[in-house]
Amino acid sequence: MGVSDRTVLEVYRYLPENQTEPTFQTYEIDSQDNWVVLDALNHIKAEIDSTLSFRWSCRMGVCGSCGMMVNGEPKLTCETFIRDYDTMTVRIEPLNHFPVIRDLVINMDDFMEKLPTVSPWLIPDQDKPLDEGEYLQTPGQVARYKRFSMCINCMLCYSACPVYGLDSSFTGPAALALAERYNLDSRDHGRKERAATVTAHEGIWECTYVGECTQVCPKDVDPAGAIQMLKLSYALDWAKSVVMPKRGRS
Amino acid sequence: MVEKMDSLQHDVLIVGAGGAGLRAAIAVARDHPGTSVGLISKVYPMRSHTVSAEGGAAAVISASDSLDDHAYDTIAGSDWLADQDAVEVLVENAPDEMLQLEHWGCPWSRDADGHVSVRPFGGMKLERTWYAADKTGFHLLHTLFQTALKFDAIIRYDEWFVTSLIVADGRCQGVVAIDIRTGEMLSIGAKSVVLCTGGGGRVYPFTTNGNIKTGDGMALAYRAGVPLKDMEFVQYHPTGLPGTGILITEAARGEGGVLLNNEGRRYLQDYGLGQPLDLKDPDHPRKQTMELGPRDRLSQAFIKEREAGRTFEGADGDYVELDIRHLGEREIDRKIPMVRELAVRYVGIDPVHDPIPVRTVVHYMMGGIDTDIQGATSLPGLFAAGECACVSVNGANRLGSNSLTEILVFGARAAVAAADHARRVSPPSNQLLENSAGSEQSRLETTLLRKDATYETTFGIRSDLQDALEEGAGIFRDKTTLERACSKITSLKERYENLVLTDTSRTFNTELVTALELGAMLDIGEAIAHSALARTESRGSHQRTDHPDRDDPGFLKHSLAYRSEGNPTIDYKNVTITRWPPGERVYGGE
Repeated sequence: MGVSDRTVLEVYRYLPENQTEPTFQTYEIDSQDNWVVLDALNHIKAEIDSTLSFRWSCRMGVCGSCGMMVNGEPKLTCETFIRDYDTMTVRIEPLNHFPVIRDLVINMDDFMEKLPTVSPWLIPDQDKPLDEGEYLQTPGQVARYKRFSMCINCMLCYSACPVYGLDSSFTGPAALALAERYNLDSRDHGRKERAATVTAHEGIWECTYVGECTQVCPKDVDPAGAIQMLKLSYALDWAKSVVMPKRGRS
Repeated sequence: MVEKMDSLQHDVLIVGAGGAGLRAAIAVARDHPGTSVGLISKVYPMRSHTVSAEGGAAAVISASDSLDDHAYDTIAGSDWLADQDAVEVLVENAPDEMLQLEHWGCPWSRDADGHVSVRPFGGMKLERTWYAADKTGFHLLHTLFQTALKFDAIIRYDEWFVTSLIVADGRCQGVVAIDIRTGEMLSIGAKSVVLCTGGGGRVYPFTTNGNIKTGDGMALAYRAGVPLKDMEFVQYHPTGLPGTGILITEAARGEGGVLLNNEGRRYLQDYGLGQPLDLKDPDHPRKQTMELGPRDRLSQAFIKEREAGRTFEGADGDYVELDIRHLGEREIDRKIPMVRELAVRYVGIDPVHDPIPVRTVVHYMMGGIDTDIQGATSLPGLFAAGECACVSVNGANRLGSNSLTEILVFGARAAVAAADHARRVSPPSNQLLENSAGSEQSRLETTLLRKDATYETTFGIRSDLQDALEEGAGIFRDKTTLERACSKITSLKERYENLVLTDTSRTFNTELVTALELGAMLDIGEAIAHSALARTESRGSHQRTDHPDRDDPGFLKHSLAYRSEGNPTIDYKNVTITRWPPGERVYGGE
């Protein structure tokens, strides 16, 4: 592959104050071999069309701003290289399953409202004064929850989740993975508090374990695995309360 | 979200929701119940640039370490320009802030016995850098963001861009901001405003900083008459990836990585940074020597090596090599997994098998909004903390892993001062808020949003500004290069007056945001170039080839840039020295 290549970008355009329906706009550019999709969009914005709107910041795969559909798949555009697409035309759309504010900018209010409902913060047994030092936690104990703490809230998993696509009341992969992240933390005692949201109809039981969320996660968080673990642990609670109603779970 | 103008009022309004802003918001909400907190940010909190910090946060924890050692290392690292009372506040409060993060759930890396691990970092005498693998900033930011969700008192304004401060009766009484989603311009009143908007590395063309780092808060304060302090001190990090400028953390060297020139030589030994130890020596890497020297010295050494023809030539500029192969795959994956992830993805190098190409890259601004030790500015009601502020704990060169500590310590501290101030003053009048939004709206309609032919573009002016600063105010500068940068920036400011946007729509207008950011960048670029021109000495990151020596009698002082008609006025104030008189910076283990 050469240093620069002719690439055609088909980009979803939508400006609600002027349009009732979205359109696609085609940009032909000379893309460099080391360009990610985001580089191409920034090139268009700086050189060709300054009205094209999209979010981005860190361009190193950690701030979670720049998720978009690239040829139909949810991707972080700052780590998706154009050279990896065989086709000359690359189609860029806003993430599926979200209302579109404008162009490639989605409305993620729904996630921002759901996130606090799973209590994604440490709920200790009792408040420990700072002068008593840190909670001890072995590397093994950190490893239990670490993977689920790596979520950058990029929304790719919601965009891939067929359940969320059909019923947006579903709490969804990233929020549930965070619930399990705290449930698995040896410092935390909040799993009962999280049960109400997590085990509600819109919570874990709605997940049909398609596993698309885990497939598309750019940070290897495995939300599908987290949801399975939640199902198992809360089902066990339930079973214990039926079999041994007086003992319950401590 | 908000129905009426007069409902937009808070006791304390925090601008910026990165580490400093979130820490400040939690401090008010938790420790001052009944105080209403507004938290406004141009991006969702978890997008803030704190997220990109990698290596760790410094705080004394081990019995063999001491607060005085942390203070001394910081002061020597600053080339004696840090205010020593502020440094003492930093080091004294650092351990509690780290523990507080731990109690809030931060997944710090641990030793086998369950205690928090610490690693060595450049310029630090002992291991005192707390870390969460090499995504420390990410974990710190998300821990703070998720913890902040607990507090109903924190009202967030996500994706709102502040265009000006409301100043009346000699005090700051709120901000005017655009709701980016709707384009609506509104006033938000406040008894106290805390700026936590981060730095402005984007004024340079090649930076580790994300797109959002445009110095907005510094410019807001500067325009309101508050001086910008020590703006000539810009930190170049020695190890960025060519092409993208993505940071390869100093932790790579803290764990034992070494820098090699094109002759395979560990060239730092030629720059007064001590002698290299064998990679198998149990004392490698030796603290405060070689690869664990301070960033200013390492970046300067890179330029000298390049001048001597001892760097590699690459398609994306000259580079040296960072070799971590001897750590082995297991250690790399355990301690610095993101280094591997980034190198593989962005330069196609697996550092388990090959050295990583690296070069110097703009990383951090030591300078910023002049504040006192409580975070208060000279404008009553206005406070600042974090990279946008200059307390000053970093002086002429910041040590790696002190900035995450700074945002926590001074974010919390500024919040306390702001909450105290809020109890003593009355809220702004609705009339003031209404008038402020109205005049700001018409200002934009008659400037950037006027219907006119476009003959200057945001992107054109921005890239000219970036080039002017890199060429004129880079790692090494002199009178000629700086005067050229100053005059270029003056003409760029004139061109900015002629800027007209192509996009005049209201909904999520990113061209408008970029143009407003550019206005801020021009202001801070001007402050950088003029402050650098006026400081005729070399100190820390400010290296004047025409004035190569440090000049304590003349310049053991903070510069203060005041905005004025035409060029800024540069004034000075004394550095606070408590217990550590100015001395030589010694690295190299002797």
